[in-house]
Amino acid sequence: MRFSGLKVLAEGLSGNKGWTAHWRDAQPKPEYDMVIIGGGGHGLSTAYYLAKNHGMTNIAVLEKGYLGGGNVGRNTTIVRANYFLQGNSEFYSHSLKLWEGLEEDLNYNVMHSQRGLINLFHSDGQRDAFARRGNMMINQGDDAVLLDREGVRKHLPYLDFDQTRFPIYGGLYHPRGGTARHDAVAWGYARGASDRGVDLVQNCEVTGIDIESGVVKGVQTSRGPIRAKKVAIITAGRSGLVAGMAGQRLPIESHVLQAFVTEGLKPVIDHVISFGMGHFYISQSDKGGLVFGGDLDFYSSYAQRGNLPMKEHVMEAGMTLMPMIGKAKVLRSWGGIMDMTPDGSPIIDKMDGVEGLFIDCGWNYGGFKAVPASGWCMAHLMATDQHHDVAEKFRLDRFRTGVGIMDEEGTGSQHNLH
Amino acid sequence: MRLTCPNCGERDRREFYYVGDAVALQRPDPEASDVVWDDYVHNRDNPAGVTRDLWYHEGGCGAWIVVTRNTVTHEVLGCELASKVKEASA
Repeated sequence: MRFSGLKVLAEGLSGNKGWTAHWRDAQPKPEYDMVIIGGGGHGLSTAYYLAKNHGMTNIAVLEKGYLGGGNVGRNTTIVRANYFLQGNSEFYSHSLKLWEGLEEDLNYNVMHSQRGLINLFHSDGQRDAFARRGNMMINQGDDAVLLDREGVRKHLPYLDFDQTRFPIYGGLYHPRGGTARHDAVAWGYARGASDRGVDLVQNCEVTGIDIESGVVKGVQTSRGPIRAKKVAIITAGRSGLVAGMAGQRLPIESHVLQAFVTEGLKPVIDHVISFGMGHFYISQSDKGGLVFGGDLDFYSSYAQRGNLPMKEHVMEAGMTLMPMIGKAKVLRSWGGIMDMTPDGSPIIDKMDGVEGLFIDCGWNYGGFKAVPASGWCMAHLMATDQHHDVAEKFRLDRFRTGVGIMDEEGTGSQHNLH
Repeated sequence: MRLTCPNCGERDRREFYYVGDAVALQRPDPEASDVVWDDYVHNRDNPAGVTRDLWYHEGGCGAWIVVTRNTVTHEVLGCELASKVKEASA
């Protein structure tokens, strides 16, 4: 089934009876060439690009719950390429370009909206740092505009510019940044992979990884054993637990990150706004809800729900920045489990010591925008055994050697600092 | 979440600074290999369940505390002074 304007019109006139399921809910087969553990955004995009770019379709994606029920359905949907360090910069640039062609490629409306992202700054030192970041983004081939205070006011007249604690000096404007409909991204990749022959197996929890003489042979699951020549762990916050089944330890600590949404309002916030000093960022969904979030709760957690102190902090930061939202009612809040690395940058690599075992993890609190390029590069690695050019720095051994640590925030490569 | 400081009693979580896994109490020998140090500094068991981590009572007595808690339920199972834990394991 292909989506088109004509199809929507025809279905609208005939009672919408012709729509079918978007993907096959497959039963697991006893053997595949490749098994991908984790049916989230990254796992699904990896399967899609393995099929599309490399012609490999004898693949299963194993998901312990339902497709897209983890972080890909829990994030705050921001898409951007405003990274600074070499290694990150080219990767997220590649990802943004994939986003820009994604709907056409998938024939799926992921509601990618390049509404522009503005990172605010509040001191001369911060302005210098953002000017430098903007130059790096431009050098990478992406877009960045340094706005002064009046420039920000033109875009965001409703901010409290005169707050005494963090007076707004300006902002770094990234016009190609924006948002996308997170669930549709999972569904679009799922459909694209399934149509090409990939089996998407839900309610199938991996309980063990079979290894013989240092070579991966398959997995044990709640729906029986499955043999495979190559196995990929793409399980975000659960990466450490799954890698543990292969006797491996990862530089990952799992933390809870909360997000919030208000009741639906008329259009009021046209951009994505990031208020770094308050650990607060916000955008408005097409449904009208203000979607916002803050920082980690700052202790390791698998709870998928946060504690009250961070909720209070996020609300205070929002009120500091834009008092106008004070009367909006929060509809709900939730938490996602972030796979935090010591340096805040991800890992796309082979697992040392187990042939045929691959890992894609460590997305910290920034995995959503990476979904297209992560899948693209992970598929490249699994199909060719070579790192893709734009992801070649996402090595697991950088922590041991100290070479290629990518500490984007400049706070130190240590677990509790990101 | 509230933590019971062995010196100060039950306190709000915000009085404490989280450092991470209590593995920090088992520092390897300075001459140990890069693999051992990498494992100590970076790699984590990261359990879904009972874990032990180090917290610093920044807004209180300044003690380092080993907290035993459940990462799935956020239940706090016990708090001990890190100095005592270190002594006991020495």
